[in-house]
Amino acid sequence: MNVGVLALQGAFIEHERILRRLGQQVTQVRLPEHLDTVDRLIIPGGESTTIGKLLVAYKLLEPIRERAQREMPIWGTCAGMILLAKQITEGRPAGQPALALMDIVARRNAFGRQLDSFEADLAVEGVAGEPFRAVFIRAPLIDAAGPTVEPLATLDDGRIVAARQGRLLATAFHPELTDDARLHELFLDL
Amino acid sequence: MDKSTFKTKAGLAQMLKGGVIMDVVTPQQARIAEEAGAVAVMALERVPADIRKHGGVARMSDPEMIQGIIEAVTIPVMAKARIGHFVEAQVLEALGVDYIDESEVLTPADEANHINKHKFNVPFVCGCRNLGEALRRINEGAAMIRTKGEAGTGNVVEAVRHARQLFADIRRLQSMDEDELFVAAKEMQAPYELVKQVAEAGKLPVVNFAAGGVATPADAALMMQLGVDGVFVGSGIFKSGDPARRAKAIVEATTHFNNPKIIAEVSKGLGEAMVGINISDIPEGELLATRGW
Repeated sequence: MNVGVLALQGAFIEHERILRRLGQQVTQVRLPEHLDTVDRLIIPGGESTTIGKLLVAYKLLEPIRERAQREMPIWGTCAGMILLAKQITEGRPAGQPALALMDIVARRNAFGRQLDSFEADLAVEGVAGEPFRAVFIRAPLIDAAGPTVEPLATLDDGRIVAARQGRLLATAFHPELTDDARLHELFLDL
Repeated sequence: MDKSTFKTKAGLAQMLKGGVIMDVVTPQQARIAEEAGAVAVMALERVPADIRKHGGVARMSDPEMIQGIIEAVTIPVMAKARIGHFVEAQVLEALGVDYIDESEVLTPADEANHINKHKFNVPFVCGCRNLGEALRRINEGAAMIRTKGEAGTGNVVEAVRHARQLFADIRRLQSMDEDELFVAAKEMQAPYELVKQVAEAGKLPVVNFAAGGVATPADAALMMQLGVDGVFVGSGIFKSGDPARRAKAIVEATTHFNNPKIIAEVSKGLGEAMVGINISDIPEGELLATRGW
């Protein structure tokens, strides 16, 4: 299996490092021809405005949407989750491009500014054993989810921070910044 | 729930990698930068080229102006404090900026000590010319490093010098016997624990951007190919003929830094670059990179 990591901007090398540790072949995706060679795709954390603009400028937006419709698994972390969301409640500058694939309403910078970034232990559906140490950096939230979306993790107050819909996975936090590969394993099984 | 841990501080810099951080002096410039694809903006009253021209003491920017920029964009906002001026840093933290640059571009407030950055919840980025300087800043709590270059010159030569020096220092550590690391730490005036960590990992423990003199898409790609994680562009954008276009071109060249065809394409017809200054024409007392210790 060849796992693509969108490498336009952000923490793509950290995803690559974990995938290689799991014995996967990895391709950095910057252009449509790279996308053609991969079986699944991770959209990393970064700045969603920057990644969105580069997706359009280098003609990746529509090809990724087409592949998703043909059941290619996609996982978005943080900025990646914002790009996957069909709707954004606030914080997206007018006209910001998005993949708009997953039936969730996401809220950008939902916790505030960098001073409100935090770490927390989470129970994640489908991840056995100890709680997952989740790193939230200027993180988004899932405000609402459609009927076919399965919430996988919530904060203590019930707000959704990870979800799955078919072969789409979204996490508001950054598993790539930890040594814990359990969410990468879950994605590889989708 | 643990707020403002070192992991969240260094983690924000991880999210900026492969991106361009742009100096802006007005909310309108901040929006142009965001629209062009900047991953963050540096809010300041005068870009380094103008600080050079005006002379005098350069200080933290007006909080009202920083606030205006924070309100104008959704991307992270950074701001500069003088070296050692921990009260300017307290003010910037109170304003809610996302990162503080303890910067040699401003006039130093303390000629012996840098800010104790461990005392703050907001993360700091600091400049360096070599590995020893980088590790001293990390030891003081910096969560991100940038090579200094020579700000406000539009001349990439110092940025290249400092990046090459930093990476050469790291390679030298990697080739050493572990018994030799104690003396290496002493010679570079850096803590042994950090020296050992770099020798084992072959890289800095935090993200490292290039700064100081980047003016063209090719400059940005040059720094990326040398091995930095991203670039700061100060005067290079808003002192050029067509800032919006140049900003977008530098963003794209940073993403596709290994693809000369794309760099050629985005470099076409950008209009005039900022006027550059030869480093040898700058009187020694006006060099910014030598500030900080």
